[in-house]
Amino acid sequence: MTELTPVLTDIWDAEQSWKLATYAARGGYSALDTAFAMSPDAVIAAVKDSGLRGRGGAGFPTGMKWSFIPQDNPKPKYLVVNADESEPGTCKDIPLMMGNPHVLVEGVILSSYAIRANKAFIYIRGEVVHVIRRVQAAVAEAYAAGHLGQDIHGSGYDLDIVVHAGAGAYICGEETALLEGLEGRRGQPRLRPPFPAVAGLYASPTVINNVESIASVPAIVKNGAAWFGSMGTEKSKGHGIFSLSGHVERPGQYEAPLGITLRELLDLAGGVRAGHQLKFWTPGGSSTPLLTAEHLDVPLDFEGVGAAGSMLGTRALQIFDETVCVVRAVLRWTEFYKHESCGKCTPCREGTWWLVQALTRLENGQGTEADLDQLLDQCDNILGRSFCALGDGATSPVSSSIQHFRDEYLAHLSHGGCPFDPAKSTAWAGQEVSA
Amino acid sequence: MSEKTVEKSDLVTVTIDGVQVSVPKDTLVIRAAEQVGVQIPRFCDHPLLAPVGACRQCLVDVPDAGNGRGFPKPQASCTLPVAEGMVVSTQVTSPVADKAQQGVMELLLINHPLDCPVCDKGGECPLQNQAMSNGRGESRFSDDRNRGVKRTFPKPINLSPTVLLDRERCIVCQRCTRFADEIAGDPFIALVERGAQQQIGIAEDAPFLSYFSGNVIQICPVGALTSEQYRFRSRPFDLVSTPGIAEHDACGSAIRVDHRRGAVMRRQAGDDPDVNEEWISDKDRFAFAYAQGDDRLTYPLVRDEDGSLRAASWPEAFVVAARGLAAARAVGGVGVLTGGRLTAEDAYAYAKFARVALGTNDIDFRARPHSAEEAAFLASSVALTGPDNGGVTYADLESAATVVLVGLEPEDEAAAIFLRLRKSVRAGGTEVLSIAPFTTRGLTKLSARLVPTAPGDEAAALRTLAGELDASSVLLVGERLAVVPGALSAAAEVAASTGARLAWVPRRAGDRGAVEAGCLPTLLPGGRPVADAGARVDVSAAWGVDHLPEAEGRDGDAIVTALVAGELGGLVIAGVDPDDTADPVATRAALDAAGFLVAFDLRRTEVTDRADVVFPVAPTTDKAGTFVNWEGRVRSWEAALHNPASLPELRALSGIAEELARLGEGSPLGFRTVGEVRAEMAQLGPWDGERRPDRERSEPGLSGTEARPSEARDDALSAEGARRLSTWKQLLDNGSMQDGDKYLKATARTPVALVTRADYDRFGPTVTLTGDRGSMTLPAEICDDLVDGVVWVPADSVGDGVLADLASPGAGVTITGAEGVHG
Amino acid sequence: MSTEPISAKTLAELREIAARYPEPRSGLLPMLHLVQSAQGRITPEGIEACAAILEISAAEVSGVATFYTMYKRHGVGDYHVGVCTNTLCAVMGGDAIFERLKEHLEIGNDEVAVQRQGDSRTVSLEHIECNAACDFAPVMMVNWEFMDNQTPDSAVQVVEALRAGHEVSSTRGPRLCTWREAERVLAGFPDGRVDEGPSAGPASLAGLEIARERGWSAPEPPSAPAVSAATDGGER
Repeated sequence: MTELTPVLTDIWDAEQSWKLATYAARGGYSALDTAFAMSPDAVIAAVKDSGLRGRGGAGFPTGMKWSFIPQDNPKPKYLVVNADESEPGTCKDIPLMMGNPHVLVEGVILSSYAIRANKAFIYIRGEVVHVIRRVQAAVAEAYAAGHLGQDIHGSGYDLDIVVHAGAGAYICGEETALLEGLEGRRGQPRLRPPFPAVAGLYASPTVINNVESIASVPAIVKNGAAWFGSMGTEKSKGHGIFSLSGHVERPGQYEAPLGITLRELLDLAGGVRAGHQLKFWTPGGSSTPLLTAEHLDVPLDFEGVGAAGSMLGTRALQIFDETVCVVRAVLRWTEFYKHESCGKCTPCREGTWWLVQALTRLENGQGTEADLDQLLDQCDNILGRSFCALGDGATSPVSSSIQHFRDEYLAHLSHGGCPFDPAKSTAWAGQEVSA
Repeated sequence: MSEKTVEKSDLVTVTIDGVQVSVPKDTLVIRAAEQVGVQIPRFCDHPLLAPVGACRQCLVDVPDAGNGRGFPKPQASCTLPVAEGMVVSTQVTSPVADKAQQGVMELLLINHPLDCPVCDKGGECPLQNQAMSNGRGESRFSDDRNRGVKRTFPKPINLSPTVLLDRERCIVCQRCTRFADEIAGDPFIALVERGAQQQIGIAEDAPFLSYFSGNVIQICPVGALTSEQYRFRSRPFDLVSTPGIAEHDACGSAIRVDHRRGAVMRRQAGDDPDVNEEWISDKDRFAFAYAQGDDRLTYPLVRDEDGSLRAASWPEAFVVAARGLAAARAVGGVGVLTGGRLTAEDAYAYAKFARVALGTNDIDFRARPHSAEEAAFLASSVALTGPDNGGVTYADLESAATVVLVGLEPEDEAAAIFLRLRKSVRAGGTEVLSIAPFTTRGLTKLSARLVPTAPGDEAAALRTLAGELDASSVLLVGERLAVVPGALSAAAEVAASTGARLAWVPRRAGDRGAVEAGCLPTLLPGGRPVADAGARVDVSAAWGVDHLPEAEGRDGDAIVTALVAGELGGLVIAGVDPDDTADPVATRAALDAAGFLVAFDLRRTEVTDRADVVFPVAPTTDKAGTFVNWEGRVRSWEAALHNPASLPELRALSGIAEELARLGEGSPLGFRTVGEVRAEMAQLGPWDGERRPDRERSEPGLSGTEARPSEARDDALSAEGARRLSTWKQLLDNGSMQDGDKYLKATARTPVALVTRADYDRFGPTVTLTGDRGSMTLPAEICDDLVDGVVWVPADSVGDGVLADLASPGAGVTITGAEGVHG
Repeated sequence: MSTEPISAKTLAELREIAARYPEPRSGLLPMLHLVQSAQGRITPEGIEACAAILEISAAEVSGVATFYTMYKRHGVGDYHVGVCTNTLCAVMGGDAIFERLKEHLEIGNDEVAVQRQGDSRTVSLEHIECNAACDFAPVMMVNWEFMDNQTPDSAVQVVEALRAGHEVSSTRGPRLCTWREAERVLAGFPDGRVDEGPSAGPASLAGLEIARERGWSAPEPPSAPAVSAATDGGER
């Protein structure tokens, strides 16, 4: 049995956990002096050694990303925190910033120090006002306590943080689109190269990291790379927050070593809701191909989920039981991608427009089996043809659902419509007698 | 030199569809493929715009990126630079690339209305063409099985008075918005909305008013952007296209004249990489109706016994003109004012006509304020310079470290220069400095550094600036400097002392050619000084005449003065608007005083109304011709339309000369066709002798009047509320060659007087300016960095223009608040 | 909704936002939030004001204002209610909640309900995409504050309480302020409500509670810090 390892979540049950006093009482901000006694490169090395990989979905080694910053470039360096958590199913960074904003601020200071940035930005999606309040206040408290500003802790190191509210655009979770948003432009992805490490924000060297990645840095600096590496698997080290949602008895946040399985997590969470069975699930948000009950024992690390034909993504485990129509689920996600497509490239913009129409017909029981092959061909014309990964992500639910649930699509055709009753899937199904 | 050159010569060898090709480093795959004859379909790609990779039509397979590894997914060839050893498979050899392209094409078409039969672009549409070459025959989206629902929008909306947008046809390739932002610097169109609703848009009440807006219509790869002027007027396959050169400025921009049944339907930008690249101003594109109006002269007119003008045959008109001119010669002589619109061939004909048929050097093309200092400058620093002998070129503007503008506002006065400078500034290569009274919008777009200078103080400013200049600098001086005493001399002096290169930028298309052709009182064709006996011998030998008039002639102002004084008996005048001249009242008086007046013009004007004989002029579409642009670059064209009523002026002049010769005056010109003139000009060639000696450069008064405004200035400036008048013509204004296109006119900038904040606070939102020629009332606008004591108004946007209604440029005017007057 | 002109104070605040960044244009997103706070929506005047301050074209500002879904070109209610209808919430009941609210408020998506006699506040309705609270599904947002674990009935109760002008609190956040007040926070002007609400909602604590029950924790850190530093401890 894999045990849970609360690190970032450990403070969440404290009274006023978001206050600096609460955080400091637990040793918060003590990693700063540890780091300031090290060279920035040594901090980078420590994070490299820890094996920390990006927690925003792609899993790129964080220390390596930092080491790409060309230090001979005379332009200012920037750290940008991607707090635009919007991938359907993903809900870890929001409670993290709400309950423990100071670990993020401390992580920003350490990471900025490492890459020699004197200005950092926290780009938070706009639709979470209270989270923004908490991070704004944490930054203000950190300034007041001398953790930010000029000559931090007498180290000679200066850092300013700007908390920036987005305004509603999933695409800004894509790092170059986020930079566009942060530069006051439409959030459309940029051509790469140049990569942000070379020419990012204001065409200056820029590191963009996910909230959880940055928040993981203080403990690594404080406790050492080996401590971090003692959790997780060989290539996917450390702790991560797993978010269980949907048809599970105790949905919520479970901070555990990477490599834990869904079976283990479901056990902890009391299983799939009573009287029902697991039908399908996403390992890391809607852009990661669906998995089924066959995959309960897949280690939830980058390699394990990859080998199972999907991606670890953001560890957003959306659990759907047998009451859920997979075609309805996929259509709704596809509508999401259509709504969020930035419009820049043809395959994503037009492809999602068409996918929605094709799936709507199938959900309504119109069409033939040939339409499934056409749908897969449409996905083939989008996947890998789009400008960024949004288009790729849009095809994941479609193609993976046809792979695992072809018969259910066909059942719609033979049934002349959707054979499922959506009322049976609701949180209150079987519990209430609604007026 | 070299680092750059060496680098450029670095070649990278790639294999495309099995064919090896070596291309310069950084070449994009899509263009490398063109080198082996493979056309990869594309929409967003444009060689003059930054790569964007948006449409994804140009996907290719790259089995080896040059490092032994391939790309797992098809790559956009418009954003992928070549790498040594790279292997590329396009749609020609790769089923993966072919399917990717077909897939993108299918997706592009699902929301396209497919209304090609009623679309202006049909027949010349990259989407239509490439759908045929690289798409499927049928769409699965709208077949019977899928019955897809297309996105619809209300039909065209106006982005501006000239440009319409049909959003259903748009494939959001962003060529237009990128052009507006990158090339023109007028980002007044932008992507708006998101996803499938994404479209091109403008802000509320803020239309796409750009001097270059028409280019977006031309580069739109679908029929989304259409021209209000051209819409539904023709089909591409019904048009005959003839290359031409734009006649509206001295840039020498290549255009394409599209015509049908003898009428011009539209004009497009031509592709001349050395000059305008692929862009033209809206004036060059849309202003052509002036030559097709009802007031166009199509036959000669002669003054009848009853005093009215009546139609005449060409031979009769030749005879009448010759008799009158002969008589005028006898009573003091005949002056020739040619204006600045002539082709080089026609200018040569006037130059020869004056010398050979009229026996005079009283000829001047400068039908605008000018000076003897300028004539000297033209002779010493301008004539005979060109791209072949070290003259400043467009390319030099791009490579120069610094370009100094003096008396020149490129966005208004030389659009192609503006665009080239902007290109260079954006590439980080060039710093633009402007000696001017304020930072114009155009200068802002060039990120230019202003050297704040009141009109009249340019010479001093130039000398102050000299320390910053060296051989990597270019000085561009505008024709407006002619009336600033000492300014042109200072420019030449500063260029000589610092090694900076110097070029003169006139406003009119024929100006530079007229210099070369000898339409100056001091210069014979080929830059030959009149004062140089050897030069005269050269020319008289070539022309087969005994001798040429020896004394330098009168300049334009002096011709006017002499006519008024009765010292000249007649005048030959071609396309001159009195209101453009230094003193419109004097010019009109001269026309009235002329004993005999022969006028050449395209349309009926106040000048033709005063003339004794009128000859119709062929517009540039109706004759072959040549413009020499500001660089000294020669650009020729052949006639687009063949109109029997249109004769080049050289033919009429030759007819008159023949009649004069019959009367015993002078000799025939010896040519009747453009081809014969070209041959004669080529045979004569440029002067290889001594240029006009420097010492004469700044000596005034040898042959004409000194620049005058300085005199008026000092008197007027002592008065209360006195300001120095800064003025120039905006690109779009009341110029007669913009007549006839209401859409274009509607895009002109609203005329305002630019005043300092203090003046605005003092005089209010409407001001009256009063000069020695009258008053002008117009809205005032604050100009934050306008030099104190200066006011700016557009030269020809209000009434009859500044010269007629207000005062001379640089002169003093008084400013008062116009209470109760609403401009 | 009548729109008052942009005040001198707002203009000063717009400039203040732009000045937070190395390049002023970076302030555009928060500036547009402030325009919404001041004027109740994105107005042409607001677009012009931002364009003038940032020295960019109004079309460019328009392009940005129409890209992001939080910017509203037509007004919203004092309380803007968003019902998540992305797959997970939809399945868990979000679709039913949204249908019920549309019916109850007699409006469609992205519309403002009629202010009835006696209503002291207005309400508008929109279906929204995933708001990162899936463990609290089905989720509703009011002025971008979390209203977790809703049912059709609870949602109706919330909107009625709001219309009546009663004080309503987020299920894991503060007392709800108006939409325009919330937009001001997004523009970077805190409203003093940060310390309201809990540290975390119940679902957020699910794993932590199990760990506490079972005595699980992350591995003990090594006794000595990985790199010893001349540290005086962390108490600051």
